[in-house]
Amino acid sequence: MSIPLDQILIQTVNGLVNGMILALVASGLTLIFGIMDVVNFAHGDLVMLGGFTGAVTIAATGNFWLALLVAVLVIAVFGAALQATTLRPLLGRDPLTTILATFGISLVLQKYALWQWGPSARRIQEPLTGQFQLFYLQYPWYRVLTAVLSAAIIGGFWLFLRHGKYGIWIRATMQDRIMASAMGIPVPWVHTGVFAIGAGMAAASGVLFGPLGGVTQNMGLDFTLRAFIVVVVGGMGNLGGSIFAAILISLLEAYASLVVSPAQAVIVSFVVLILTLLFRPTGLFVPTPK
Amino acid sequence: MIARRSPTAYWTGFAVVLALLAIAPLVLPEFWRRFVTEILIWGLLAMSSDILIGYTGMVSFGHSVFFGLGIYGAAAALLSVKPPNLWLALLYGLTAAGTAAVFVAYFSTRLRDIYFAITTLVFSQIFYVIIFTWTAVTGGENGLTFAQPLLSLPGLGAARFTPETLHWFVLGVVTVSYLLLRRITQSPFGMVLQSIRENEPRTRAIGYAVERYKIVAVMLSGLFAGLAGVLYAVQNKFAAPDFVFFAVSGEVVIFNVMGGMGTLVGPVAGAAFFLLLREGVSRYFTEYYLIPVGIIFTAMVIFMPQGLLGFAKRRLNE
Repeated sequence: MSIPLDQILIQTVNGLVNGMILALVASGLTLIFGIMDVVNFAHGDLVMLGGFTGAVTIAATGNFWLALLVAVLVIAVFGAALQATTLRPLLGRDPLTTILATFGISLVLQKYALWQWGPSARRIQEPLTGQFQLFYLQYPWYRVLTAVLSAAIIGGFWLFLRHGKYGIWIRATMQDRIMASAMGIPVPWVHTGVFAIGAGMAAASGVLFGPLGGVTQNMGLDFTLRAFIVVVVGGMGNLGGSIFAAILISLLEAYASLVVSPAQAVIVSFVVLILTLLFRPTGLFVPTPK
Repeated sequence: MIARRSPTAYWTGFAVVLALLAIAPLVLPEFWRRFVTEILIWGLLAMSSDILIGYTGMVSFGHSVFFGLGIYGAAAALLSVKPPNLWLALLYGLTAAGTAAVFVAYFSTRLRDIYFAITTLVFSQIFYVIIFTWTAVTGGENGLTFAQPLLSLPGLGAARFTPETLHWFVLGVVTVSYLLLRRITQSPFGMVLQSIRENEPRTRAIGYAVERYKIVAVMLSGLFAGLAGVLYAVQNKFAAPDFVFFAVSGEVVIFNVMGGMGTLVGPVAGAAFFLLLREGVSRYFTEYYLIPVGIIFTAMVIFMPQGLLGFAKRRLNE
């Protein structure tokens, strides 16, 4: 069976777009792991909650950009509250307890969404309805816009980490928690702040993803798993590696879905994860040693 | 470590609980009879994962694989061989679960902590996707339904399962499994597992082949989980991909944390507590029972990490 070149190119564009959204989810996850050794099992559910918050705001105001902003702020505050109440007491305990605690949170969030918004998918109206000709397809501009926006958010965040005062606090805490604390950095607040930023990024990707795949109460697990895979393949705590891994995995899944059904194409990313863990346990790019 | 009480007290307690469970189907109304049997089956699944979570310190989010393959293995035997045979179902179910366990163990035991947890979760998704999409063999989303085998005991002939005999059969299997698991955890092998939990580098330094112990632990755990799957198949006469889904693994972890990890009995109590809670709350909240369950669970992880049983034990000792 031969696959026409134009289909491959279309899947390349699809893979890049999905990869950028995934990178946005994964950079929050990798950041949270890098700074406090917490694997946030509820990260995908924050994406889901962000999507729903966005959908509700759009229904009320009709403005997509306002909805994006509201969702990011609401979920960031919510994330900060979550971190302060459930994860702060666990700091310094076995990292396994944090995976258990965030697993419990994920359960609650998912069932809460089911209770509040029901089992059916919500579609967010895209702010941009134009399309352009891509071979035989009318390709929506909105998809391209999501990739650009995701890249812009990640880029902005990277600049903040590199040059902002609080960004430097974050990097200092990531490198050496005790030393940072000795230099007068309020480490517990940095943790809470980073969790809030990660949650906000997750919410942004939920809103951006809304017009593409719809928002459902059970989308969280899928996002969590794929973000985990990306973070492990890219190297835990390594932002650049995560972005690369997100695009790589999304491209592979997009190509695989040319051959098998999309449900089965997911297995490709699982195989990539297992191979990475076997041969490069620290990720494809060895992260800067702590 | 478990506080050493006198063996007579332990065996008396054991006998009392066993006797209570044995007469339960004779005195309980229809609904609760079935409920107690189900608690025993989920309790066995919870005990099987306690070997990993409680004793070896490896959180498995993939126990649904072994449980589900136990169900599908039993289904294969009950559908393909006429007349359906109970012991063949057991053999097929254990083989399926054991094979999956070898496969999962080979890859996942090279990793520790969260990486192990994620890998087992990923494996459960792989098996779920395979079973969900391989409609020709597994029936896909609809699953498989099959006939209940006869209860055939060697030398005693065969009879149809009644709710009572089914309960006693399940009780027998679960009791034997419990005694075996207890023996295993108290054996030198079990001690090595516990020392891996306490300090893995040190255990390696003493000279134990940690990886091999872990592989055997995952396989043992998978076999007992598969046994629970076979019992479930015999009781409910159907197999569905939902049993392979991550949600089941999550519930097993909840059983362990709620009841008390590393106690074997605790997870069974956790399963009973969870199922009772679900039964009580779901009358008012249908499937939203997981909201209070999740809140209680998270609170227990933070404030009561030794679980209900550990908490009760500490209160009794005070």
